[in-house]
Amino acid sequence: MSKITSLADLKKRREELKSGLDIRVKAIDSENVVQVKVAMATCGIASGAKTIMEFFLEQLERRNVAAVVTQTGCMGYCYAEPTIEVKLPGQDPVVFGFVDIKRADQIIEKYIKTGELVDGIIPVNYQTIDLKE
Amino acid sequence: MKELALNILDIVQNSIRAKADYISIEINESVKKDLYRIVVSDNGSGIPKEIMKNITDPFVTTRTRRRMGLGLPLLKYHTELTGGELSIRSEPGKGTQVEASFSLKHIDRQPLGDIIGVILILVASNQGINFDYFHQTDKGEYRFSSEVTKAYLEVSTLNERVLLDQIACMISENLKEIVASGVDFKERKEKFYEQSEIK
Repeated sequence: MSKITSLADLKKRREELKSGLDIRVKAIDSENVVQVKVAMATCGIASGAKTIMEFFLEQLERRNVAAVVTQTGCMGYCYAEPTIEVKLPGQDPVVFGFVDIKRADQIIEKYIKTGELVDGIIPVNYQTIDLKE
Repeated sequence: MKELALNILDIVQNSIRAKADYISIEINESVKKDLYRIVVSDNGSGIPKEIMKNITDPFVTTRTRRRMGLGLPLLKYHTELTGGELSIRSEPGKGTQVEASFSLKHIDRQPLGDIIGVILILVASNQGINFDYFHQTDKGEYRFSSEVTKAYLEVSTLNERVLLDQIACMISENLKEIVASGVDFKERKEKFYEQSEIK
């Protein structure tokens, strides 16, 4: 396959793919999809949050899970980074700590897909994190 | 932080928190000047004067959940390891510019690392922000703009995995063309499939 080096190449490749694949146009209704927020402050980034974010961005789409993945600031659990907050539609958000690739995989396959809780939950009593900071 | 790309990701979080809708990341490399310079600029709310005085103090932060802010102090530390410096200019209501200069050839200058991954994360998870990435070396220069890309492709968002992977290829090829130093051109896809245990 030829290399993509310019916007023209990108457009051409996109058009080639469109004729062969069904490229889904995402219309995200944030109330009815899974929301994953990855804490992306200095402590999180230094602990590997970037890798976790990339994993969720890629794998949720590959596994056909309707979700919005965003970054958030420090949630205050610096000792447990990387941390993520997962909110399933109609449910309270849950914070997971010490999230590595293996745990992220379990969170998708068990908690997000079936609602089954997995290890690493940080028990808290609060409303969902908004970007107030 | 083992790569400068992670410091950039960290500093850009400040711009996002400042409600910027335009964030520019510029990298200039010059062998002749022995200079490696990173400039992150935004049109966010700016930094209040009273905070500017001690902004690189790790115990100065606008966050409320903790009392330390390490992003700028860490970046300053990394510049000073190579004999460089950090300078911050800001105007409340207009925006902020953070400029980090390093000695290009100093052994303690960290590699840039996975800057392509950082650009993709920023673009994919902040669809309302216009990101501009400009990289200049002695061999040439390259610019990527999320808004120009959207306009050219006639799309309103850049969040399709296939498209993001193609954008990664495009940026990668261009950075190789200008011989951008210290970039981690890694293949990400295969790595994640290998690590999955629940299949």
